[in-house]
Amino acid sequence: MITTKLNRRSFVIGSTAVGAGLALGLKIPFGASVVRAQDGSPEVTAWVVIRPDDTVVIRIARSEMGQGTLTGLAQMVAEELECDWSKVKTEYPTPGQSVKRKRAWGDFSTGGSRGIRDSNQYVREGGAAARMMLIQAAANQWNVPVGECSAANSVITHKPSGRTVTYGKVAEAAAKLTPPEKPALKDPKDWKLIGKSVKRLDTMDKLNGAHVYGADLKMPGMLNAAIKDCPVFGGKVKSYEAAKVASMPGVKQVVQVGDSAVAVVAETWWQAKTALDALPIVWDEGPNKQVSSATIAEMLKEGLDADQAFVANRNGDVKAAIASAAKKIEAVYAYPFQNHAPMEPMNATAKYTPDRCEVWVPTQNGEAAFAATLAASGLPADKCEVYKINLGGGFGRRGAFHDYVTQAVLIAKQMPGTPVKLLWTREEDMLHGRYHPVMQCKLFAGFDSSNNLTALHMRLSGQSILTVVRPEALKDGMDPLTFQGLNPSGDFAIGYSVPNLLIDHAMRNTHVPPGFWRGVNINQNAIFLECFMDEMAHAVGQDPLEFRRKLMTKHPKHLAVLNAVADRAGWGKPAPKGVYRGLAQMMSFGSYVAACAEVSVTDGSKIKIQRIVAATDCGYAVNPAQIERQIAGSFVYGLSGVFLQECTVKDGHIEQTNFNNYDSMRIKQMPKVESIVMPSGGFWGGVGEPTICVAAPAVLNAYFAATGKRIRTYPLKNQGITLV
Amino acid sequence: MARLTINGKTLDLNVDPTTPLLWAIREQAGLTGTKYGCGIAQCGACTVHLDGAAIRSCVMPVSAAEGKKITTIEGLANGSTLHKVQKAWLDNQVPQCGYCQSGMIMAAAALLREKPKPTDADIDARITNICRCGTFQQVREAIHAAAKA
Repeated sequence: MITTKLNRRSFVIGSTAVGAGLALGLKIPFGASVVRAQDGSPEVTAWVVIRPDDTVVIRIARSEMGQGTLTGLAQMVAEELECDWSKVKTEYPTPGQSVKRKRAWGDFSTGGSRGIRDSNQYVREGGAAARMMLIQAAANQWNVPVGECSAANSVITHKPSGRTVTYGKVAEAAAKLTPPEKPALKDPKDWKLIGKSVKRLDTMDKLNGAHVYGADLKMPGMLNAAIKDCPVFGGKVKSYEAAKVASMPGVKQVVQVGDSAVAVVAETWWQAKTALDALPIVWDEGPNKQVSSATIAEMLKEGLDADQAFVANRNGDVKAAIASAAKKIEAVYAYPFQNHAPMEPMNATAKYTPDRCEVWVPTQNGEAAFAATLAASGLPADKCEVYKINLGGGFGRRGAFHDYVTQAVLIAKQMPGTPVKLLWTREEDMLHGRYHPVMQCKLFAGFDSSNNLTALHMRLSGQSILTVVRPEALKDGMDPLTFQGLNPSGDFAIGYSVPNLLIDHAMRNTHVPPGFWRGVNINQNAIFLECFMDEMAHAVGQDPLEFRRKLMTKHPKHLAVLNAVADRAGWGKPAPKGVYRGLAQMMSFGSYVAACAEVSVTDGSKIKIQRIVAATDCGYAVNPAQIERQIAGSFVYGLSGVFLQECTVKDGHIEQTNFNNYDSMRIKQMPKVESIVMPSGGFWGGVGEPTICVAAPAVLNAYFAATGKRIRTYPLKNQGITLV
Repeated sequence: MARLTINGKTLDLNVDPTTPLLWAIREQAGLTGTKYGCGIAQCGACTVHLDGAAIRSCVMPVSAAEGKKITTIEGLANGSTLHKVQKAWLDNQVPQCGYCQSGMIMAAAALLREKPKPTDADIDARITNICRCGTFQQVREAIHAAAKA
């Protein structure tokens, strides 16, 4: 297996190798030398280029992969810039430029629902600084006090005289000014563009085939590659018979890639793929060949009762409280490995010479792709460049992992001077994912004689993502990410107060590489906690909403979204005949989310989700229409997972190969989703991921209400349950 | 060699006749709006029209498409005038990442050609494309909007 970790060390070494004289940024005066965009237009700040025709080009460091961050971030800059929104275009700065300019655009990483919430301050400052410089330039030109001038809609006005000038006319002069140190930002109540459901900036090309994804790249002299990596993770190539396919149509070369993969390079990709299918390869599968889903499940099961575990949330004495409880319940849940399966399979195009390596790649993190390029090419940062190409979905697969970049560069190195596009088959994508971690959970609850919850113990047993991906982020061996949604405080805070609480994790890692799957660990944690909440409420004969409310008095924001969905759905009032309801709530990625699902069930096993009412309090809502789409879209992703998707392991390899055995929801299964976007202000929460986790437990709890059956092992298809 | 008529143009393509139509469209004709998603007719990203009907081009050999009228996403609009499905998609802001949308739009256009006023059940039966971003709610709204246009 070729593993590319985000190698921060090589990235930093590469960064410092670049000459310091090129450094420029928002806070460093440009002096008289204007930084220019490729077309020669002046850059007012790192975020804003203005062309003479008044076109405003806003730089976007994060990656657009469908979630709408491109438009949202542009709204943030434009709000402060006071520019004409109809003249806004966007462009991605390259990671190489970022290195040369000491990360003038900050972090490129697009994951963890951080695109807007982490960069909102500095992108708005980038817009505000540009506006101030443009106004100053106009005031200088008119020789009037800057305080007498204002800007709106890309036009600067000198109030006393009524003179006006457009941004395009003063951009050149503005670019020569010193940017203000700390530009003041608008009060949120004065926002005109932030909070407005403006249309996305990138829709048209997605309607006519013009939007170029990584898989679509064409360049002169380019060849195409198809690849097979050892199906068993950790295995190697033993041998292959290149001569058997060398004369097949279009074949140029058969190359080994690292110690675990073989690629065929041909004129067209179909020729490469056809020859690869015919190529005899013998694998050295190594010791992981012994591993199966059953052995992994056994290992996790042992962890459920193990003495040692990492503790993330504890108060009181759970064991004593459960021992002395008047009533007790317990349950065991299990969540499987899952593949991201974005619609566009992994790909990257690389061109290598001993003096330069360039990579074109759909990536959620240009800087990580750049680090992978440096490592694979062996060249320093000033001899490498990465160009971000549109993504056909990311969902976490294209963020921390750039195995396909490494492969593309290793192939290109064997064909210097020739650009090579590596495109994985869907089968390769299914066999070489970075999977949603496998996890089991055993929950115990204790109640006093008045049916009050006195103790709750959640024991997680399963994989740690950070142990594999970012071991330096472990805390004394503990993986804090495992506890998303279950922490005492922070962006992933639990919304319940229980007198005696213990949440711990018996880490049980496998050879199957884990990754950040949309929502990451909230998917299973919300099911474990919120389905067990429902179990506890029923165990003591209480309404699931009222049971929760008693535990949520100290968690007003969690409670507010839960109340919002309950009210909108009509909780407590009769549902239509044959329709049953279920609830769930969670805080994750800084946002408070809740859902109320309404389902009907036929034959005890065919679930029709009639409606899901969902609410999110994400602090500020930059583009409510896009947030609604993220809510509904996250439900499709999460419900596909809980109903349909599991990657099983046999003889060390993943068994599922394509959408025929790893299905995804279709339109006929899509419930009506009613979204309540209720930003309460004062904080910035995420949007792309948080809601994903509440659909599944809400539906499972509604299924229990309908049938009295509690399903605790997923996906539901394994229990004979279908989504209709 | 294969002679294909794509978006009104007749092209003589240097391609093995067993090659899937998808790859002839993408690699020989150079029209990359039609996408590869699965290669086994499961996801619908490769949907094009063959004599007006939606087909999954990843499993059809080019030999089977010769002599027929092929329309891809690039040929759906009438010059600069968007097809009513494209217009509805724009108005309803359907696409997220957009990768599946060429196939989704071609499937919707074929449905509307056959059933100008489709019911929800018609949509459920005929739109079977996978969208991992989960645009289905907007897809349904946009198909109904296009039917009214």
